[in-house]
Amino acid sequence: MIKRLLAGAVGAGVLGGLGFLYYAWYPPIATIEPPKASSFSAEQIERGRIVAAEGYCAECHTRTDNGGGPELAGDYKMETPFGAIYSSNITPDPEMGIGAWSEEALRRSLRYGVSRQGVHLIPAFPYDHFTKMTDQDISDLYAFLMTRPAVHMARRPNELPFPLSLRIFQAGWKLMFFTPGVYKPDPSHDALWNRGAYLAEGNAHCGACHTPRNLMGAEKKGSMYDGAVVDAWIAPPLNDKNPTPTTWTEDELYQYLRFGVAPLHGPAGGPMSPIPHRFLSQVPEYDVHALAHYFADVDHAAERQGHDKAALAHAMEESKKDLIGPNTLDADARLYQGACGACHYNAAPMPVLGRPELALNNALWLDEPTNLYQVMLHGLTAEEGQSGIAMPSFYNALSDTDMARIAAYLRRTRTTLPPWTDLEKKAADIRKTVKTIPVNSSH
Amino acid sequence: MIKFKLNGRDVSVDVPEDTPLLWALRDELDQTGTKFGCGVGQCGACTVHVGGRATRSCITPVSSIEGAEITTIEGLHPEGEHPVQVAWRDIQVPQCGYCQSGQIMQAASLLKDYPDPTDEEIDGVMGGSLCRCMTYIRIRKAIKKAAAALREEKSNG
Repeated sequence: MIKRLLAGAVGAGVLGGLGFLYYAWYPPIATIEPPKASSFSAEQIERGRIVAAEGYCAECHTRTDNGGGPELAGDYKMETPFGAIYSSNITPDPEMGIGAWSEEALRRSLRYGVSRQGVHLIPAFPYDHFTKMTDQDISDLYAFLMTRPAVHMARRPNELPFPLSLRIFQAGWKLMFFTPGVYKPDPSHDALWNRGAYLAEGNAHCGACHTPRNLMGAEKKGSMYDGAVVDAWIAPPLNDKNPTPTTWTEDELYQYLRFGVAPLHGPAGGPMSPIPHRFLSQVPEYDVHALAHYFADVDHAAERQGHDKAALAHAMEESKKDLIGPNTLDADARLYQGACGACHYNAAPMPVLGRPELALNNALWLDEPTNLYQVMLHGLTAEEGQSGIAMPSFYNALSDTDMARIAAYLRRTRTTLPPWTDLEKKAADIRKTVKTIPVNSSH
Repeated sequence: MIKFKLNGRDVSVDVPEDTPLLWALRDELDQTGTKFGCGVGQCGACTVHVGGRATRSCITPVSSIEGAEITTIEGLHPEGEHPVQVAWRDIQVPQCGYCQSGQIMQAASLLKDYPDPTDEEIDGVMGGSLCRCMTYIRIRKAIKKAAAALREEKSNG
């Protein structure tokens, strides 16, 4: 009896294994001669440019370390909890890039996460989002990519440890976490909403940063847009868990996504900065409106907006206290005022653009001081956030103790939330992640 | 090569990208009106305008202002007749004068936000600009005078 059960179990195991291999196996797709640029119409290439911009392809397919690299030629270093990986060259070089890929091969890679050669791709390439893209968008993207300059450049080998380096594991990952399929419009919403949802959940892959991942690196389905840590920054929640005191309304979202700064929420910093400046400022306005419209629904702006006026008035009052009030006798307030106050001052009725009101900013309301510290250490360049103005880097100016005191002070006076803990240690930890350390001008 | 606009003209500097803007201004572009004070953004002597906003140039890496418009004390007004500069002279604000270009740049920025500032607002915004000669009373007075002149200018169209 036991034998028979065992045999049955082994049999089922073998069958299951064979089934899995069948599931996991993809044939290579035949190479092609790189298509001539003249085989695509100018209109299609232009549509493809927009698709590429809305998917931020160049952001992860262009090297930024080692002095940077040519656009779309890959070798971008991505730190993952499992080891560093390097992105592929997606220029039409037949050997190093995707020049020998047919349109079908590109479609399969986006929709199923499998390379032309039939190798499972690592889901750092967010095919779990790209699978939702329409044939038309993929076809246009193909036209755009195939008409870029071919760059003959190899990427560095991935640093994933064995056995994660075995690509068959990626097939197992897919079995557990991946559902292929083009976006299906939701008939209970209008066209603008559906356009926004199509972009956000598909090509623009917002969840790749803003949705927390499980231990296997897959986005947690039940925690969509709850916010997550990415590159030592916090990608804040995009749903109603977003803690800012004023609502991310459709208009605030549009300003932020299109121009990199929202009047009541401040500038886009860190890894978010290129999204408006490099990409979403270069696409049709309608699409950015669609994204804003969709996320205003995701964060339930309409139901939350009622408190905005009071929150704004409260923030202005707190800010003004620093300017004129009793806080000037507080040593932490003095430190804040000396380092930050000459720019971050505000008084009613509204914060001025370029003078972001910290009381309204995400950075003070998140569970950790991560983003506040990142901005203190890096500052913001004239290209980031609001164009044309800059925030200095306080890397050399503020010690970990100073940063901790300012963070504690702002949290205490500007929010209604419990104090942050271990502030000095966290300042030191974030400081360690700064890659280019600015010259100390006082030396 | 890092390019930006300085006092209305295009300039470029060939320095490492993490060089403080202050060094680029003084050592590469010979604009020595902007002073080095503390080097850690705590005294205001190095204040210039980046895109019209007062910014501490000693801790601003020059690469971070690529493409931006920088105004220094040399470019605040072509003849040195910005209302803050006029008031500064009239009231004889400075004693040693080391901090004054930073003070003037911060004050000019303040007046854009508060055309009619109160004492408290002046103290609040100017709090990061230190004067070791303690001329704060005259600084405040000059800012109010400049504010009045600016309002006059506006109402006379």
